[in-house]
Amino acid sequence: MSNKLKVSLSPHVHSGDSIRRNMDWVIIALLPAMLWSFYVFGLGAVIVTLTSVASCMLFEWAINKYILKNPKTTLSDGSAIVTGLLLAFNLPSNLPLYIIIMGALFAIGVGKMSFGGLGNNIFNPALLGRVFLLISFPVKMTTWPVPHQYTAYADATTGATPLANLPEAGLGDLFFGNIGGSLGEVSALLLLVGFAILLLRKIISWHIPVSILFSAFVFSVLFYAIRGGMPFGDICMLSLKHLLAGGMMLGAIFMATDYVTSPMTHKGMLIYGACIGFLVICIRLFGSYPEGMSFAILIMNGFTPLINNACKPKRFAKEVKK
Amino acid sequence: MKTFRIGGVHPQENKLSAEKKIEVMELPKQAVFPLSQHIGAPAVPCVARGAVVKVGTKIADAGGFVSAPIHSSVSGKVAKIDTIVDASGYRKPAIIIDVEGDEWEPTIDRSEALVRDTTLEPKEIVARVQEAGIVGMGGACFPAHVKLSPRTPVDVVIINAVECEPYLTADHSLMMEKPDEILVGVSLIMKAVGVKKAYIAIENNKPDAIALMQEKAKGFAGIEVCPLRVKYPQGGEKQLIDAVVGRQVPNPPALPADVGAIVQNVGTAFAIYEAVMKNKPLFERVVTVTGKSVAEPKNLLTRMGTPMSLLIERAGGMPEDTGKVIGGGPMMGKALLNTDVPVCKGSSGILLMTEKESLRGEAQPCIRCSKCVTACPMGLEPYLLQKLAEHTDWERAEAEQIMTCIECGSCQFTCPAHRPLLDWIRMGKGTVGGIIRARAAKS
Amino acid sequence: MNVILVAVIALGVLGLVLAAVLFLTAKKFAVEEDPRIAQVTEVLPGANCGGCGFPGCGGFAEACVKAADGGSLEGKLCPVGGQPVMEQVAGILGLTAEAGEQRVAVVRCNGTCANRPRTVQYDGVRTCRIAHNTAGGETGCFYGCLGCGDCVAACPFDAIHMNPETGLPEVDETKCTACGKCTKACPRGIIELRPMGKKGRRMVVRCVNKEKGPVAKKACAAACIGCGKCVKTCEFEAITLENNLAYIDPAKCRLCRKCEEACPQGSILAMNFPPRKPKVEAPATPEIKPATPEKPVAQETPAAPAAPAAAEPVQVVIPTVETAPKAPETPSV
Repeated sequence: MSNKLKVSLSPHVHSGDSIRRNMDWVIIALLPAMLWSFYVFGLGAVIVTLTSVASCMLFEWAINKYILKNPKTTLSDGSAIVTGLLLAFNLPSNLPLYIIIMGALFAIGVGKMSFGGLGNNIFNPALLGRVFLLISFPVKMTTWPVPHQYTAYADATTGATPLANLPEAGLGDLFFGNIGGSLGEVSALLLLVGFAILLLRKIISWHIPVSILFSAFVFSVLFYAIRGGMPFGDICMLSLKHLLAGGMMLGAIFMATDYVTSPMTHKGMLIYGACIGFLVICIRLFGSYPEGMSFAILIMNGFTPLINNACKPKRFAKEVKK
Repeated sequence: MKTFRIGGVHPQENKLSAEKKIEVMELPKQAVFPLSQHIGAPAVPCVARGAVVKVGTKIADAGGFVSAPIHSSVSGKVAKIDTIVDASGYRKPAIIIDVEGDEWEPTIDRSEALVRDTTLEPKEIVARVQEAGIVGMGGACFPAHVKLSPRTPVDVVIINAVECEPYLTADHSLMMEKPDEILVGVSLIMKAVGVKKAYIAIENNKPDAIALMQEKAKGFAGIEVCPLRVKYPQGGEKQLIDAVVGRQVPNPPALPADVGAIVQNVGTAFAIYEAVMKNKPLFERVVTVTGKSVAEPKNLLTRMGTPMSLLIERAGGMPEDTGKVIGGGPMMGKALLNTDVPVCKGSSGILLMTEKESLRGEAQPCIRCSKCVTACPMGLEPYLLQKLAEHTDWERAEAEQIMTCIECGSCQFTCPAHRPLLDWIRMGKGTVGGIIRARAAKS
Repeated sequence: MNVILVAVIALGVLGLVLAAVLFLTAKKFAVEEDPRIAQVTEVLPGANCGGCGFPGCGGFAEACVKAADGGSLEGKLCPVGGQPVMEQVAGILGLTAEAGEQRVAVVRCNGTCANRPRTVQYDGVRTCRIAHNTAGGETGCFYGCLGCGDCVAACPFDAIHMNPETGLPEVDETKCTACGKCTKACPRGIIELRPMGKKGRRMVVRCVNKEKGPVAKKACAAACIGCGKCVKTCEFEAITLENNLAYIDPAKCRLCRKCEEACPQGSILAMNFPPRKPKVEAPATPEIKPATPEKPVAQETPAAPAAPAAAEPVQVVIPTVETAPKAPETPSV
């Protein structure tokens, strides 16, 4: 025998799972919605996506090499690509390049690397980037091009978000994605396809998305009912539209489920999701922004450590059954 | 189909030697008997250098109640009592015997005939088990007679035949070849502890064993085969009781007997049969020699004290690119320092891994994916315990119940960041255990 | 006018009430602290390094006051401030400081890569404590240094470093304050705090292997084999042999260096001695010298800086633990 025997503690085998594999599946799950955005928004969507992903990767590489002085690149784990894609999904397709690059710098630099890189951030980096841009450039960030202007980019005609006038929006358009909005959030159907992929590959569990959508629906019905003046059927229809419109689906499936910033136990996930659902409806109905998903998720990200402390997994033999 | 309720993982089964018949391993030139082959006090040698021993002669007495005597598996002369490197990776005292011929103690019944009935009292059965040096043969090596003397009344015996470790097939092959003997052994255990009900728990990746045991069990009152859904670590005592009868054993100092159950390995049941009915002490066992690179994976009936290198030779020799030799299965086995380590009472298998298989992946930062939390069969938070151990926060680690970890390795197996979770948790467990003992000693 | 009056009165009353509440709580929940603790803390360096073994300077001050009530400051030493600070502390507490002997950490293993061939490869976390739990280590010696550097990580004074060539830690004696953190960090108890000795000179058995001679020798070329030659050689009964391992009692050792010559394994190290110029050049060795042409060179290089060091009695430190003077001894025995 030529080589020395290895010695280490058990276990000696591994499932073969890796961070890279998880990230790859998230990217694959994002693809249907991304391709749809290319179809709906045309050239602008391609430019925004490419810029966002490329600048996120560049900033991750540069910060890692020149500021953290880490000899190993962390690009290979794929998390920068995911952040870039998610950031692009949250931007309108006519956003100027310099704004996208600023958003990427904030997302990667402040949102992720300043905490020490992957795994240490408190807030979802892509959402931090988006909220930073939303506060800094409120007009540009809240006017979206109307669909199907294939070759337009900065000169695209814009329209208001369907959220501004939800009762008028068609349920089918919302579901299939024939509406204006940020890149990735328009087609609820394709986001659900992504959800199915993630569930099948066991990348995420159902707890967070389902609890967000359920609690958003419940609180929406509740608040509209308290406000009164609408038949119950209309309230339900309107609440359903809330689930499909804006960043609700995107946020529930891809943003709130981010491993790093969401709770660790199933019980914690349900609480976290329910609170997000409540907050987003509060912001949408009573706040000054038409959209509240980003803020709701970021607020609950801040509560995640607390939820982790409060919600312990069900220990073995906690309740002994005789 | 039943299984345990919390956590669990599905490692690749790789039961390469499942179809292989048990072969009898030839005798070694020199046999080595470490004095601590079991949990509890080490055995005390009762032979001196130069003493002549036969197969089955007692060579070491039990060092206390929680201990077990050791019997020679060969005939010959005691060469010396020295220290050797055993499976733990440390030097431990051992008796070394030069083999001459194969002369058995005349008291041992060497016939193949099945003996079903006995007039022995429960106490006498336990005494014989104790005298035969039988310990739990699944790997934990807890002296069997201690388990057969429960401090609270029990109502069910569970025979652990799940063999949830990948690769290993020793118990499977034993069931296929000695079903009647095992069943008699089970009824002896039932008689010894005075219960009317026994379950033989088998995972459903062994349909042939389930069918055979079900067929044979019809002839024995109160014994039932309980097929279980495949999931690791089903062979853990607590998980098995939960899976079979739905009772969860509370944290230590509670024992399985406190929820009215006793678990014995299927190999132990066979050894109890041989000890009680055939008067044969525990000196041989079935050992699986396996691995993806092994030419002929085998199940070998091996005398204790045989160096593992001989077994590897028998299975086609050590492959050129062997990176790791594991005593036991890949999930909980110990990596061996060399292949001269002798086969002991708890050696269920020898697993050879190639250089490529054996290297651990590079550890990356924790991404808090919570896969370890989902996998943990004890409902713990391995990611948190690892961090607490690394930062030596022992108080918090104790509060987070680090001591209930059963070291099954599911967390580290499943971690996508390849973090050495269990390495740290084990270390933390050791330290916290020391703190708890020190505190108990003080008060 | 009325508004202003109401506001002033309201705020005034509010202020008075709150002040009363604050006053009462301060009285009620006041923590009585021995005033001496504050005084002692004042004279301590305030680095809060924990080198004394207590949580920061405050904790050390508290422990000192407690110990002083017991009548003695024995065992309490601020490694950073040293003797002068302890004298001040003792003055405040009305005691006299024990003339604490200065000590230094000594690594009692010479299992270098050359001496101790690696037989297996450890593939777990690079931490001594976990490596120690895993198995006997990467070499045949189950007592010696594991080389993962827990002691280096534990040292708050940057006084211990791994030598990449030998794979062993080395103590920088100028920085070591004998706080003892490394001795606690080492799972095998290899590091010992020994008295600094006169001019920093001390004799140390650099091995902790308790195996029988042949086993120890097979595992490591520099292992103590428990032959007992040093015990017989020692005229002052300073060396004891237990579990196949020699130990030199620093209190009895007179630094005669005879044991160093007697040891067939070269396990005994004379630290910080000037090279033995007159003895080595005695006619006993010339036949051997040509056989090992490089060693005399190695011996002469440190001779130059070491000679003035010996001339100045105050200077006690020659930082390198790996000493050349030992080298010619091996062939001469």
